Amino acid sequence: MTAVLDERNAVRRVASVRRRGIRRGRTVGLVLAALASGLVLLELSLGSVTLPPDDVLAALFGTATPQAEYIVGEVRAPRALTGALAGAAFGLSGAIFQGLVRNPLASPDIIGITMGASAAAVVAIVVFGATGAPVSVSAFCGALGTATLIYVLAWRRGMSGYRLVLVGIAVAAVLSSVVSYLMTRAQVRDAQQALVWLTGSLTARTWTDVAPLAVAVVVLVPPAVLLASGLRPLQFGDDAATGLGVRVERHRLGLIVVAVALAAAATAAAGPVAFVAFVSAPIARALVNGNGPALVPAAFTGAVVLVGSDLVAQHVLELVGIVALPVGVVTGVLGAPYLLWLMSTTNRTGRA
Amino acid sequence: MTGDALAGQGLRLGYDGREVVRDLTVAIPRGVITAIVGPNACGKSTLLRGLARLLVPDAGRVLLDGRDIHAMPTRAVATRLGILPQHPIAPEGLTVTDLVGRGRHPHHGWLRRWGADDDRAVADAMRVTSTLDLAERPVDELSGGQRQRAWIAMALAQRTGVLLLDEPTTYLDVTHQVEVLDLLTDLNRTDGTTIVMVLHDLNLACRYADHLIALRDGEVVATGTPSDVVTRDLVADVFDLPSVVVPDPVSGTPLIVPIGRHHTEVLPGPPPTTALPVPELAEPRRESRSE
Repeated sequence: MTAVLDERNAVRRVASVRRRGIRRGRTVGLVLAALASGLVLLELSLGSVTLPPDDVLAALFGTATPQAEYIVGEVRAPRALTGALAGAAFGLSGAIFQGLVRNPLASPDIIGITMGASAAAVVAIVVFGATGAPVSVSAFCGALGTATLIYVLAWRRGMSGYRLVLVGIAVAAVLSSVVSYLMTRAQVRDAQQALVWLTGSLTARTWTDVAPLAVAVVVLVPPAVLLASGLRPLQFGDDAATGLGVRVERHRLGLIVVAVALAAAATAAAGPVAFVAFVSAPIARALVNGNGPALVPAAFTGAVVLVGSDLVAQHVLELVGIVALPVGVVTGVLGAPYLLWLMSTTNRTGRA
Repeated sequence: MTGDALAGQGLRLGYDGREVVRDLTVAIPRGVITAIVGPNACGKSTLLRGLARLLVPDAGRVLLDGRDIHAMPTRAVATRLGILPQHPIAPEGLTVTDLVGRGRHPHHGWLRRWGADDDRAVADAMRVTSTLDLAERPVDELSGGQRQRAWIAMALAQRTGVLLLDEPTTYLDVTHQVEVLDLLTDLNRTDGTTIVMVLHDLNLACRYADHLIALRDGEVVATGTPSDVVTRDLVADVFDLPSVVVPDPVSGTPLIVPIGRHHTEVLPGPPPTTALPVPELAEPRRESRSE
């Protein structure tokens, strides 16, 4: 009798702990989604002509004045949506990489994938004099090519996360010198354009920037969510994951492809905005209290970080007399201290 | 089911062409505890990894319930055979309940969601391993013994008839070693789970295993019940170690007392004046395991 009671209590306890975790995850996700939407709306209303929220909503539903509709629909919405989508893609990509490799340093902006995009973009701008879409296409291909190179170089009888990080950092260093070399060789006008691209900027985005990014996000998010079920066991290490029935190499390759494609698409649209992929997942994980890789919260966090930083870059700094900056400057200022902190604590405790 | 739970036939196992095990044939009897013992680098972990399909054999095959393990879908294998590797890693902040819950992974398809039977399996596993009181605790904050119990709970939630463990007692103090081995014995005795473990401690292996596989240089030197196979000669053969084998005063199983260069053998009989008497040596051997 008591045994049966014990059993029921045990089941109840387990179920309640599990439900609490799910509830927390959902709450965090909803709050972050609301925050991201709020920031997007704010970005739509702020600018040289500040529109009140009801005008913004009216413009979105097509009932505003032509002028407001133009400002919201053609000028600000592409910028805000590029920020939100690129942020989400960076956040998701970083969360997959960090979860897979079990190392907070393993994010596409640290291990050279966005650097690959940068090098290819600079080649396109400086060597071929490209502007606009060809630069984005080149960046996208550069990211994919670099990721393939890193994967091949880091592969030895399977994939070790630590090796991936080290190889990635080395590849990033090589590519960074390629970028530097090209910049010294470039015409001033090209160099300036390349530099703005390299900082990561949402300035002057149009619907032609948004459309491919939106397609990439729509196509890549479902496989990311499906593959996430295998990411959880993969975090226990290859042996334990195999023991749980995961086809380790195949699953890992799938996740890497999705994560690389997300980072490549985001970089192609917004440039290599520093540290968004790197900081989003740890923030999301801290918010959901550590249970699992927190992919969806990480995506929303990425959107919040990127759109929020863009607001700071455009509007907040103006208040202290600094002219509008590319968003990458702000995310760089946010991310660098975290990187330093991570390095120092990692060295001290030996965890990574 | 009858027959061996798991069998390796003509196994050749190694890493990068470096052969560790060549042409090895073993059978793991169903429903008992098997311990694989041997000196460092004898291939015991390699054999376990091979049996657990973590390592693809270069030759030979592994049979699980009579079927080639590599011909079965890995998820299907995972519902019959659980494995606890030597150094599993829990992501930071993961709670014990979540860890144990992941043992249910092989029972879920792409679309099948968590159900009441999953909660039941997790609760059972945690009850048996006394980890219920740790339910909300993060795994990385547990003590070594608690952590090992949590990992065993995860393997149990998988509900497999066969459980392989690679040195489940490493890094544990002696109290927790006994605790973990007692827990595994409980599992075996109550559910008939077939347990295979690599153990470093020969004496604990003799005490807890029903079946012993002694390896040396990737070859099986002896198999059988500890009482049948563990002798002074076997210890000398397998470990290159002179020793005295006496009955364990607690379990009656063989107890190996190593002889080092600085300690010479104290022969049974009239105790020398300088040494402490060893009354156990004179006791008749208890056959507690024959029941």
